[in-house]
Amino acid sequence: MNSPLLLALRRLRWPLVLLVAVYAIGILGLVLIPGADGDGNPTRMGFFHAFYFLSYTASTIGFGELPGAFTDTQRLWVTVVIYLSVIAWAVVIGSGLALLQDRGFRLALTERRFVRKVGRLHEPFYIICGYGETGALVCHTLDRWGWRFTVIDKDPDAIDAVDLAHYTSDTPALAADASQPERLLAAGLRNPACRGVLALTDDDDANLAVAIAVRLLNPSVPVLARAMSRATADNMASFETDHVVNPFRIFGETLATALESPAMFRLILRLTTPHHRGPDVDDCPPRGRWVVCGYGRFGREVVEAFDNESLGVAIIDPVAKDPGRRHHVIGLGTEAQPLLAAGIRESVGIVAGTDDDVNNLSIAVTARSLNPELFVIVRQNLHSNRALFEAFDANYNAVSAEIIAGRCLSIIATPLLDPFLERARRQPDGWAAALLERIDAEVSRLAPVTWSVTLDSNDAPAVVATLGKGETVRLRELLADPADRSQRLACIPLMLRRAGEDRLEPAEDTPLRAGDQLLFTGRTRARRDQQATLSNLNVLDYLRTGRNVPGGWIWRRLARDAGGAG
Amino acid sequence: MNLEKVIFGFFILLAATLNFGFVYGDIEVAAHHEANELFAAVVVNVIATLLKFGDRTQLGAVHLATSLVAVLQLLAATVLWFFAARDGDGTVAPSQMASIVSLAAGAVFANVVSVVMLVAETLTLRR
Repeated sequence: MNSPLLLALRRLRWPLVLLVAVYAIGILGLVLIPGADGDGNPTRMGFFHAFYFLSYTASTIGFGELPGAFTDTQRLWVTVVIYLSVIAWAVVIGSGLALLQDRGFRLALTERRFVRKVGRLHEPFYIICGYGETGALVCHTLDRWGWRFTVIDKDPDAIDAVDLAHYTSDTPALAADASQPERLLAAGLRNPACRGVLALTDDDDANLAVAIAVRLLNPSVPVLARAMSRATADNMASFETDHVVNPFRIFGETLATALESPAMFRLILRLTTPHHRGPDVDDCPPRGRWVVCGYGRFGREVVEAFDNESLGVAIIDPVAKDPGRRHHVIGLGTEAQPLLAAGIRESVGIVAGTDDDVNNLSIAVTARSLNPELFVIVRQNLHSNRALFEAFDANYNAVSAEIIAGRCLSIIATPLLDPFLERARRQPDGWAAALLERIDAEVSRLAPVTWSVTLDSNDAPAVVATLGKGETVRLRELLADPADRSQRLACIPLMLRRAGEDRLEPAEDTPLRAGDQLLFTGRTRARRDQQATLSNLNVLDYLRTGRNVPGGWIWRRLARDAGGAG
Repeated sequence: MNLEKVIFGFFILLAATLNFGFVYGDIEVAAHHEANELFAAVVVNVIATLLKFGDRTQLGAVHLATSLVAVLQLLAATVLWFFAARDGDGTVAPSQMASIVSLAAGAVFANVVSVVMLVAETLTLRR
């Protein structure tokens, strides 16, 4: 236990002993030295008066000579004691201040405060390891949704940024290495309210260490780990990390889907893109010959996506990493010459995918001036360069931080969405187009919201209560408007998960069971209305039977009597 | 030889002996109990307590606890003496002297425990 109090007592031990000794000597002297009253009769000072006198003298308050004027001998002694006691106090105060300046002591203090704050968290919360651009994006959204979280980051500046971010709730943050297990425990890994750990540091090894530590220390808590390299991702998957988030992989897969099935790509965008984005993101990369600049971790995933569709690819990279097999141009791609050599005039699109934002923009600008028809995908490494990339207006910006944050948040908010998209990718092309048309017709042409519902006593108490009485609730009843049951809410059920089995687009007369998980897409209003149905027994009864069931006991009695008489 | 151990043992033993010296005598007779000795006992006990600060072992924690008990008892005796001597000419009535000495005697017990622990600790070191 590194208790700050114990540490302080240890450090201040000798200064305090010195102070006590000086006081003791001073008091003893005052008691032993005889004084005189006004008439010159000898008097003795008691211990209490000596202590009183010394207390106000040593602390430089100085009330004067009490209870009576001192003799010269007493004054001589008091002079000695004043100097001694001032020195003793200076030593004590000096050591105390030095202790407060001490780095180790301050660390112990902040860690203690952090642990206490985490211990007081009783609402569900997430542990965020790494507060970089990705971590900050995730935290801001979690905060908007009303979730709590704790933050660990190696960099003290990042922890200061947490304090400056003005989250609605007080966020415990600690400057520490998240790959050390005891830091994770301090951040609340074993707290019963902990809902998950997000390993989002920019160091793959640290993320790996976090994932393993969580798996071993508290297996019931899900881990979302960022992995920039394939080796790390495979390693994490090998010990069943719940969710491995590799932004390059995710982008490569999305690109592959877009090339293979434009309808599927539009469906994914429609369901995953946040509300405020316009429909312009719907435009789809064309099939044809492509140029890829930068053949690193990002470039490899991109090239693989093109290879899957057997599209021609020319690579521009300063180093020939894959010689002989492909059309490879040595260079950066920031000047016209290598771009022309790669055949930019005959290509349909370019991917500017180096790990340098300025180079990527330079590549994109040059390429577009050489061939204005190009479809331009730009990799944006730093979220903070957003203004530059917005000004350039590429067809698609691949931002790692946003891809990771988006995936993590989607896993947290709508856990069924990922499995749904996984299944949807395996459906024939016509299926996605049909579903897309249905969403356009029944919901909205803009990005709808997507949500999951679990039929348990927490999410859907009314449904569980009705099912518990042995009555049936059909899916159709969750889709009806609580104000008028003949009207339909603007939402579509996408998937039903029952006992680990997934059903896409479940039929509307499906009888529901307790424990079912459902995924819906629809308008925000529809979601709100549906929540009323799920939680209010009277609303659900109305939707099931068409009768407005009276709420109070008397009205219910009256309604029953009237029913009996009629 | 470890100087720190010498100082530590010195203060613990001195705290116990001074305390015992004050208590020794007829419990009601004020002449048997010296005020200076009580003062010395309080000071030495406080110093012994400070010396025990910050030891993180289990034994250290109990050491600190015994010292805190002794200091508390001695301070109670001192305060009692103050109130007993405040009125009148500074002499202490036999019944009040008995209370003061019995409080100090409680502190002796705590100090004896402290000394026993010190000896036990030293014996287990075997060097």
